[in-house]
Order: sequence, then structure tokens, then C-alpha cells
Amino acid sequence: MMANSDNNRRKFMATTLQSVGLTALGGLLWSGYSHEVKASPLVLRPPGAIKEDDFLSACIKCGLCAEACQNRETNIDKETGKAREGTLIMAKGGDAKLIGTPYFIPTQVPCFMCEDIPCVPVCPSGALDFASLANEKQALDINKARMGLAVVHKESCIAFWGIQCDACYRACPLLDEAITLEYTQNERTGKHAYLLPVVHDNICTGCGLCEQACVTEKPAIFVLPREVSMGRAGDHYVKGWDKKDQERVKDAKSQETTTEISKESAADYLNSGGEY
Amino acid sequence: MKNIKYLLLRRVTQIGLLVLYFGANAYGWNVLAGTFGSSLILGTIPLADPYTTLQVLATGFVLGADVLLGALIVTFFYFVVGGRAFCSWVCPINMVTDLANWLRRKLHLDKEEVNYRFLKRNARYWIMGLGLVVSAVVGIAAFEVLSPITIMQRGIIFGFGMGFAVLVAIFLFDLFGVKNGWCGHLCPLGATYSLIGKASLIRVDHNHEACTNCMACKVVCPENHVLHMVNKESIMVTNGECTNCGRCIDVCNDDALNFSIRNYFKEK
Ligand code: SF4
Ligand code: SF4
Ligand code: SF4
Ligand code: SF4
Ligand code: SF4
Repeated sequence: MMANSDNNRRKFMATTLQSVGLTALGGLLWSGYSHEVKASPLVLRPPGAIKEDDFLSACIKCGLCAEACQNRETNIDKETGKAREGTLIMAKGGDAKLIGTPYFIPTQVPCFMCEDIPCVPVCPSGALDFASLANEKQALDINKARMGLAVVHKESCIAFWGIQCDACYRACPLLDEAITLEYTQNERTGKHAYLLPVVHDNICTGCGLCEQACVTEKPAIFVLPREVSMGRAGDHYVKGWDKKDQERVKDAKSQETTTEISKESAADYLNSGGEY
Repeated sequence: MKNIKYLLLRRVTQIGLLVLYFGANAYGWNVLAGTFGSSLILGTIPLADPYTTLQVLATGFVLGADVLLGALIVTFFYFVVGGRAFCSWVCPINMVTDLANWLRRKLHLDKEEVNYRFLKRNARYWIMGLGLVVSAVVGIAAFEVLSPITIMQRGIIFGFGMGFAVLVAIFLFDLFGVKNGWCGHLCPLGATYSLIGKASLIRVDHNHEACTNCMACKVVCPENHVLHMVNKESIMVTNGECTNCGRCIDVCNDDALNFSIRNYFKEK
């Protein structure tokens, strides 16, 4: 009798230990896999999407945004009465994006920056943030969307070659605001002007209409997520001529480091004729 | 005809729902839009899957009210109709695993009872808990990364891509691997609904007097341990793992099994 219950207890301990062990093993594999699949830094999200990291937690993969985009009034073909392909794609297996989350590819279908933004209010989870697109009057304003930022690769942009092209400039819904044309003289011919497209990051929404419109074989202008296409100057550089920029560092304390070289003044150092 | 009544009703429901979901995207219908993760009935009533909702909450994200309300509505609904009614009446994977299971019987693959040491039917509860832990650690809804249920559903609505492979894998696993392997052992959604169903109102009732001990019910039941009372006692199937699929009722020729409403006062 005693021996039997002892046996049972041992068996129970062993199976429990086994279950816990296997669960831990499964947890490690599962975590590793999940971690891998969430790494897709080049993905473009719908308007109003919150920070990518939070978006990955928040999006419940319902597809309501994609359905609203596809079936919005402006996307119904007048002739056939059918919906065209929408902007937003729900990531499938093999897309190398977190499965089930919405994204878009500008060269296929860019975002048309609908005035009423049908894709955003339907989001039930908060992954698409209504408030981030609301203006002072609490109305939706698509110009506040920051899906990405267009960048120009000047070596493949034919406008930089001196050939006249303003396809991207004209395609942009924020005409002459998000992309402006900069006139400079063409030194090579001496009598022509360059009309160079320049993107402004405080206005560009990342809709991708420019990318789709670009005439080169592989677009010379393309949209990337803002974290990818934007640099950061850091705190060391301050625009001394800009009051607002100086505000930014008004509490900064100066810190001097003295090295062998900086003991002497820079002018002395350069005049001393030493090797450097 | 009698012995496929519930089977037919279930297929009509399952396929009907998928058609509605499909139409919401393809034709802009407004009856039932979204996916199981979160849906919208007639553009107003939100629905959300309780386990998906728990996973997102586990990541630490404060979900919108629509999802929370939707999850409550769904939980309450299945509390009434039998938790795992989702599994046999709604979930599209059920059609895949039922097919595998049917083929298994036809090919007599079940003759050799194999004892899977590592894979017990309670594995799903461990996976359910683990899914929440992994969600919290990695910061994304962990089961949604793998879930064949939503992969299949989104596949039907938005196109499959490589997602199809998951369905084939589950079919093969259930056919040649473990009997009822996915739905009966692994699926954490099934586990969640089992827990909700523990207390549900609509249940299968057994009448021991009428039973002729043919055991047809136990052959078709995907969770046949829940039928432990057959030919022994006249009580209800109260185990939450019963999917309320009604197959046992379909195949019983002696009217010994029927749906009935649970009476909490009669059970002690
Ligand atoms: S704003 Fe862009 S993503 Fe949203 S519905 Fe319009 S086209 Fe689609
Ligand atoms: S509507 Fe929101 S939660 Fe649903 S798929 Fe789109 S972003 Fe994700
Ligand atoms: S459309 Fe392309 S090639 Fe033309 S100006 Fe714009 S970026 Fe350059
Ligand atoms: S156990 Fe899971 S996969 Fe099977 S029917 Fe239920 S929810 Fe669907
Ligand atoms: S007991 Fe009957 S209703 Fe329940 S799962 Fe088994 S066959 Fe289906």
C-alpha cells in the first residue's frame, strides 16, 4: 500500500516534470520563430498606423482596413461597377511580413490618400490611430498620415541627367509641397536648366504615387518607412541661426576635453609646421 | 438522410459563414465583415475571438473597446450554445480534420492503437497557456503567427499564398500521424472554447435505457472520452471538450442521444 502510493507519486512527479520540460522547449522554439517573423523593417503600413513595434502587437489581423480600402466608393470601377484591386494587402505566408497584417506596395497599388480615409475608422484594435490623423477640428486629415517618406536616388533619376521629367512631381497629391522642383543650371550644355525633384519630409505622407509614376525601369524615387529613410543629426549639431533649434539645447552644459593637441590653440597648431 | 442531419447543418453553417466573409471583401457585402480575429455584423456589432484578444492583451497593448466588447459577446454566445460549437459549426479547419479523420476510418488506419507518449489530449491547455507567455515575451500575438484557422480563413477571403502548406500539413498529421491530432490535442483555440464550454447550457444528453450498446457514437466522436457514460448512466455530456457537433446523435439509431438544455438545479 505504502509502496504503491510512493510509486504513484514518483510517476506523477515524472510526468509533471516532463510536461514542464516539453513546454519550456516548445516555448523557446516558439519564441524564436515568432521573433524571426516579426522582423520586416521595410514594410509600409496603412495611414495612421502606430509605431511599427506597437503595430505588430496591436493589429488583430481582422482585415477590415483592407476590405474598406478595396470597397470604398472611389475604388469602384464606373464602367463595370466592380471594385478594383485595393491598396492594402493582407500579408500571406511567403510574403516575408508578419502574417495577416496589412501593408502596401506602391508600385502595385499606392495609397490614393482618400479624403475620408475609409480604412482607419473601421480598425477595431487601435493599430490604426484615428487621433493621429485628426486636425484641430477633430476631422480626419489624410495629409497628416506618415506612412513613409519618399527618397530620390539621383544617379538613376533622369532629371538629374538633364532630361526633362517631372512625372513624380505631377503625380504627388500634395503638388508642389511634398515634392518641389529645384532649378539649377546645366553646366554641360550651358543653356539648359535642371529641374530636380526634391522631397520635403515635413509634408510627404509616403503614399507612393510618385514611386508608381516614376518613368525609370526601377523607380528612382521610392517610399521607405520613415525609420529607414530618415537620418538623425544628433544633439551635437545645433543651428546657431535658428532660435527654435537653439531652444532644443538651452539646458545643455558644455563639457571640455583637453587632449595633447587641444592644449595649444588650433591656429598655433596649424602654424607650427609639424607633421600631422 | 437521418444520420447526416447535423453534419449537413454544420457544413451549411461553416460554408455559409465563409461565403459571407468572402463577399464582404469581394463584393462589399455588409452582413459579416472581417475575420475571426475581429468581425463586424451589419457594420455595427463587433465580434472578437477570445483567445486572440487574450494574446494581444498579453503583449501589453491596450486594445480598443470594440475588440473587448466583441470578445465578451463571443464568449457569452458560446457559453450558451456550447463552447466548442465554434469548432464544429464555424471553424473551417474542422472540415480539413474531419476529412482526414473520415479517410483514416476508410483506410483502416485506426486498427493499430498507438500510444503517443508525449502527446496527450491535455497538451492543448499547455499550449494555450504557453501562447500567452510567448506573446508577452515576444510582443506579438504568438499563436496568430501559426494559426491554421485564420490562415485558412484569410486564404479564402484574400488569397492563400504559401499558407496552403499549413493546411496540407495538418491534414497529413491527422491522417497519418495522430488521430484527431490537431483539434483533439494541440489547438489552443479549441482549448479556450473547451473551458468556456465547461459551463455551457446546450449539451448532448444520453438515455441509457434506449442505448443498445452499438458504440457507433464512440466511433465517430472526435473526443470520444467525453462519452464515457454511454450505456452506463443516463446523464449529460458535460465535458467541455465535446464539440456539440451532433455526430453521435446522427449515428445513433436508437434515439439514445439528443441535444438538451442543461439544468443546473438537477445536477447536484
Ligand atoms: S487612404 Fe489609402 S489605404 Fe486608406 S482607403 Fe484610401 S487608398 Fe486605401
Ligand atoms: S483594421 Fe486594424 S486590426 Fe484590423 S487588420 Fe487593419 S490594422 Fe489590423
Ligand atoms: S519620375 Fe523618376 S525619373 Fe522622373 S523626375 Fe521623378 S524620380 Fe526622376
Ligand atoms: S480545435 Fe481548433 S482547429 Fe479544430 S475545430 Fe476547434 S478551433 Fe478549429
Ligand atoms: S459527444 Fe457527440 S456532440 Fe460531442 S463531440 Fe462527440 S460526437 Fe460530437
